[in-house]
Amino acid sequence: MGFHLPKNFLVTGEPMIVVAEVLSVLTLAGIVFALTYYKKWKWLWDEWLTTVDHKKIGIMYIISSLLMLFRGGIDGLLMRTQLALPNLHVLDAEHYNQIFTAHGTIMIFFMAMPFIFGLMNVAVPLQIGARDVAYPYLNALSFWLFFFGCMLFNISFMIGGAPDAGWTNYTPLAGSDLAPGPGINYYLLSLQISGIGSLMTGINFLVTILKMRAPGMTLMRMPMFTWSVLITSIIIIFAFPVLTVALALLTIDRLFGSHFFTVSGGGEPMMWANLFWIWGHPEVYIVVLPAFGIFSEVISTFARKRLFGYSAMVYSMVVISAVSFLTWVHHFFTMGAGPAVNSFFSVSTMAIAIPTGVKVFNWLFTLYKGRIEFTTPMLWAVGFIPTFLIGGLTGVMLAVAPADYQYHNSYFLISHFHYALVGGAVFGCLAGLYYWWPKMFGFKLDERQGKWAFWLFNIGFNLCFFPQYFVGLMGMTRRMYTYPEGLGWTPYNLISTVGAYMMGVGFIIMVYNILYSIRHGERDLTGDIWNGRTLEWSISSPAPHYNFARIPEVDDLDAWWHMKKRKRKQPWELRPLKPIHMPNNSGRPFIMSAWFFVAGFGLVFEWHWMGIIGLLGVLYCMLKRSFEYDDHHYIQVDEIERTESAAGRA
Amino acid sequence: MAEHALQTHSKSAEESALPLEYSTEESRLKIFGFWVFLGAEIVLFASLFATYLVLAGRTAGGPTAKELFEVKDFMMETIILLTSSFTCGLGTLALRNRSKGGILFWYVVTLLLGLAFIALEIMEFVHYVGEGATMQRSAFLSGFFTLVGTHGAHVSLGILWMILILIQLVQRGVTAATARRVFIVGLYWHFLDVVWIFIFTLVYLMGVAY
Repeated sequence: MGFHLPKNFLVTGEPMIVVAEVLSVLTLAGIVFALTYYKKWKWLWDEWLTTVDHKKIGIMYIISSLLMLFRGGIDGLLMRTQLALPNLHVLDAEHYNQIFTAHGTIMIFFMAMPFIFGLMNVAVPLQIGARDVAYPYLNALSFWLFFFGCMLFNISFMIGGAPDAGWTNYTPLAGSDLAPGPGINYYLLSLQISGIGSLMTGINFLVTILKMRAPGMTLMRMPMFTWSVLITSIIIIFAFPVLTVALALLTIDRLFGSHFFTVSGGGEPMMWANLFWIWGHPEVYIVVLPAFGIFSEVISTFARKRLFGYSAMVYSMVVISAVSFLTWVHHFFTMGAGPAVNSFFSVSTMAIAIPTGVKVFNWLFTLYKGRIEFTTPMLWAVGFIPTFLIGGLTGVMLAVAPADYQYHNSYFLISHFHYALVGGAVFGCLAGLYYWWPKMFGFKLDERQGKWAFWLFNIGFNLCFFPQYFVGLMGMTRRMYTYPEGLGWTPYNLISTVGAYMMGVGFIIMVYNILYSIRHGERDLTGDIWNGRTLEWSISSPAPHYNFARIPEVDDLDAWWHMKKRKRKQPWELRPLKPIHMPNNSGRPFIMSAWFFVAGFGLVFEWHWMGIIGLLGVLYCMLKRSFEYDDHHYIQVDEIERTESAAGRA
Repeated sequence: MAEHALQTHSKSAEESALPLEYSTEESRLKIFGFWVFLGAEIVLFASLFATYLVLAGRTAGGPTAKELFEVKDFMMETIILLTSSFTCGLGTLALRNRSKGGILFWYVVTLLLGLAFIALEIMEFVHYVGEGATMQRSAFLSGFFTLVGTHGAHVSLGILWMILILIQLVQRGVTAATARRVFIVGLYWHFLDVVWIFIFTLVYLMGVAY
């Protein structure tokens, strides 16, 4: 394969894209200038790009996903603007296709998942009394693979053209006959690169939680968020390899002309839909179960009560994770699998509602007779219950296979999954962000602004998506880029668009809140600003890089709550300090992921030579790692003593 | 790393009742994590097998499995690869005896058998392509080359990996760290053998039977 530049290497046709290009270049120049002017390059490299500290990695995940929430949100607003009134032409059809594809892909892969991973990284080791994750180096590699995969996806609309076959990327629409050019290749390769990172995160957290809990913390004494991450990790390990295969097969089809999905060579386009949703349905639970975990933590903290039905919560999650693998066909009831198959998947889908209902009742019973305190995280948690209920009930409606022939591909479906994913996962992410913010940075986000943001976002969200149930039942299908007058859809669409902009304003207030609170936020001097129940609140804020000066011993659920109740110090609290074994920083995860980016970029344009160079770079980094033996150091006792006393701890 | 990591670290390997590769906390974590990774690999291969089985009969007028596969060839590949798993097991036995020479000998035998397997597979692929049976010819062949090729790529990577680890073994001798690496690459090798048994049955035997 020779080196040939596609005709439109730099996309210039669309004025909006040109503006985005100019802004991107200016932003990049601004960042480079600021880093140089304030002499921060070394700081950036030493403190962040090479870090293997799970807390810093968590923060980087969260910053990236907030940026992607902004980008995906802008895409959403563009779509809503286009659909606000009939016959609008703010966007043309092709650009609209690219935008809804980007919106879906970014929100799932580059916003929801990394946000969850960020909170996992920040909270899980602290909750289980561990000093780190099982594989800190691999953890850094996971983050950078996600980051470079994300960057590869994000440059697509400026360089070469964005994918436009929807976030589900169905074949044959995404095959090379109907979608020539680099767009779909961007989708395939960026998700492949970040997907490897996700799989490794799953393995890392499974091992961390199973093997690194503090003494005395049995499985049934683990905080609920940690439980949810354990279950999620198992789902990731079983689901992500399927996505890897699906993406690889379509890549081989497109780059090398094989026939997995092309009918002409005997291939089967439905293979894609099956493989995609065998991963895709569990993916829903990968992002929503940790959110459930966060709600459990937040609700029991601010109701000042032990979580009601702890073991029922655990078992219901286990059931959800198992059944989540048995429902994938409900994404294509109408594609002719036959009544027996549809019935099976219809029933299995409805069955998910049972354990989920158990969880909702447990949250309600936790609130019952609690001394409830409506902090911002609590508002997000309580606000989640009605929105998720609406999302869940409409999910059961969609699970009725015969009725699905009516709803399928309509705005009813759009509304359902936004209620489930925004009202579930995003509310959970935001609850977790406000909740753990003091632990990450040592100060609290402003409560008044937090409440404003919550109400604007929550009301805007309901205004945006509730009307879509009706307009969906009236026949408006998804992916439609404009519609004629006189169908009765206009008021619903207009309200929906107003709601979307309200969510946008809510988001801006959240960002302002962060900037405001950096200077004016309440400082967390105790490390336990919420009067928390779990171990992460037992250490100072922000947590020292070794987390725990002495590994705690746990004898009940809500370990820290019980430690606070006991006046006397426990034997382990009086033990002498010992040197702490810590991993060294490494620049290799960053460099190796950059090589993955090079390989991915080459393969997007089918420059196989560049793909090979990139992969050789990856292999070389693996070789270097294989020969690495001295990758840790010890923190000495005097340094621990200094850090602890600086944080006000003896 | 957890605090008890320290204690086991400082204890010399001889005092520990566990095998050398399990003697440190770090090693135990890494070996367990590798088992979990193999779990993910099972799902990966299961997806490829499922795809292959859906497409196996879809030859689009091109050559069928029965026309292509030669019993003698794939039997040779199978015998060689299964033998390599046996020699790899003898290598692990040598590891338990802390015999550097034994490990080196058996792992080099394993490597050579692995290389012979890969050579036979490449010859098989070249032969098919020569007959016009390329992966662009039909969905069946796309599935075949991808499934068997993915296994072959894993074996090739395993060979490279094993070479790196044997170099480290020569450099550093049998230590807790090198023992772990030798042990893990052995696990990987056995796993690839198990996958091959499924390829042998579901692809080749079923291919020539029907």
